[in-house]
Amino acid sequence: MTVSARINGALRRVPAWPLYLLAAAYGAWEFWRALTQQGPYLVEPINVLERSYGEIALILLVAGLVVTPLRQWSGVNLIKFRRAIGLCAFFFVVAHFLVFAVLDVQSLGRVWTEIVKRPYVTVGMLAFVLLIPLAVTSNNLAIRKLGPATWKQLHKLSYIAVILGGVHYLWLARGFQITPLVYLGLGIGLVALRYKHLVRRKQPA
Amino acid sequence: MAYRWKNTLTPADVTPKAAYLNRRQILAGTAGLGAIGLVPRMADAQSGLEPNTLAEIRNYNNFYEFGTGKGDPAANAHQLVTSPWSITVDGMVDRPGDYALGDLLAGLTVEDRIYRFRCVEAWSMVIPWNGIELADILNKVGVQAGARYVAFETVVQPENMIGVQRRVLDFPYVEGLRLDEAMHPLTIMATGIYGEPIANQNGAPIRLVVPWKYGFKSIKSIVRITLTDEEPPTSWNIANAREYGFYSNVNPNVDHPRWSQATERRIGSGLFAARHDTLMFNGYPEVAPLYEGMDLSVFI
Repeated sequence: MTVSARINGALRRVPAWPLYLLAAAYGAWEFWRALTQQGPYLVEPINVLERSYGEIALILLVAGLVVTPLRQWSGVNLIKFRRAIGLCAFFFVVAHFLVFAVLDVQSLGRVWTEIVKRPYVTVGMLAFVLLIPLAVTSNNLAIRKLGPATWKQLHKLSYIAVILGGVHYLWLARGFQITPLVYLGLGIGLVALRYKHLVRRKQPA
Repeated sequence: MAYRWKNTLTPADVTPKAAYLNRRQILAGTAGLGAIGLVPRMADAQSGLEPNTLAEIRNYNNFYEFGTGKGDPAANAHQLVTSPWSITVDGMVDRPGDYALGDLLAGLTVEDRIYRFRCVEAWSMVIPWNGIELADILNKVGVQAGARYVAFETVVQPENMIGVQRRVLDFPYVEGLRLDEAMHPLTIMATGIYGEPIANQNGAPIRLVVPWKYGFKSIKSIVRITLTDEEPPTSWNIANAREYGFYSNVNPNVDHPRWSQATERRIGSGLFAARHDTLMFNGYPEVAPLYEGMDLSVFI
């Protein structure tokens, strides 16, 4: 029995639903720390909470794109967790947007101005909007109604969303900063892997 | 010099040292006294200035030589060696040289200045500085007739400054002022906050404070002051000229290309803090004559 087969065997006994609980607990924990101004939230909780939700969303979006190449290279199969990873990413994008709109910018008019006027906000909003149909169709009923082929096609929007998320982060940073470049690089790299895969599939078998 | 800046606040307005960590309680008390007329009313430009706590001032900083996170300077700046410290004064001055810090400041008056501090990132604090008018220092070294600008440089200690290797900016950090801005009585060189020596992350042992400009103009940990007749290069302007001009006066009517400058968030007001309108020249209208006839949407 190979290592990957053993890991897969063990994973079969682990349900996916605790991921949702974990994400909700993490989000609530960070909010609590911001409210009581602990740790990194000591001085300026609003901006730090906004960044914290945004960054975890980006990490989960990248993680969702790791599932397929991981299976191809190592045989470890995390596919049953991918829906939870993706939905949790969306959950944190929503939380990130709400902190931005309600706690940071504090007025609907100004939120609209920011979206229209600031390209990095426009790009972030675009990523958010692209993720909405993916979140709505992340259930078995939607897969059946759409058909697996259409569903798969639709969910390729996540490739664009993760790159837009990376651009959004890079664009708001001041100076030449490494962290946003790492996320953007990972996003582009993971999408590029699929592009190569697509090209290979188009050749006659 | 036209006039000395008159501080309408007294040492009594500085949060008592014993109460740094319990500001809100003190304020409640002060408000009560104010209501029954025991605390004199401050002048308009100075009213509503509630100094931030020392913990806030020391734990939310931009000092990219120690990392780009707001908490990085507090975590890393202890490695900075600030003693001995000398400042090279050169260029168009009568008495150039490498001055030991103590010698440069000897005989000059340290004053309390409670100033608004407005970051270009649209957050702000109120900081009770202790400092010396830059004009006093410049007069001491003797500015020559042709000098029109003052250039400043921050120390570089690569082995002690973890962010220097990452080259987020082109270090050493450099800044500059027009001579009349530098000689303005509001402009100080700060050596302390709340009566304590300035913390490393706040720019120890000596830094510039120009309260009507965005915070990055107030260069930290200064090792060189140069008088010159040409506009000196400045770090953020080198990094991105479109976003950061030489003047960088606080101006709610001219947005940063990537965000609005119309409002700001006051640090230390918690998760549900309301935004405040940003004031022209950060609430120091007395500097307006320096820019008469200049289009401040062009000279950013």
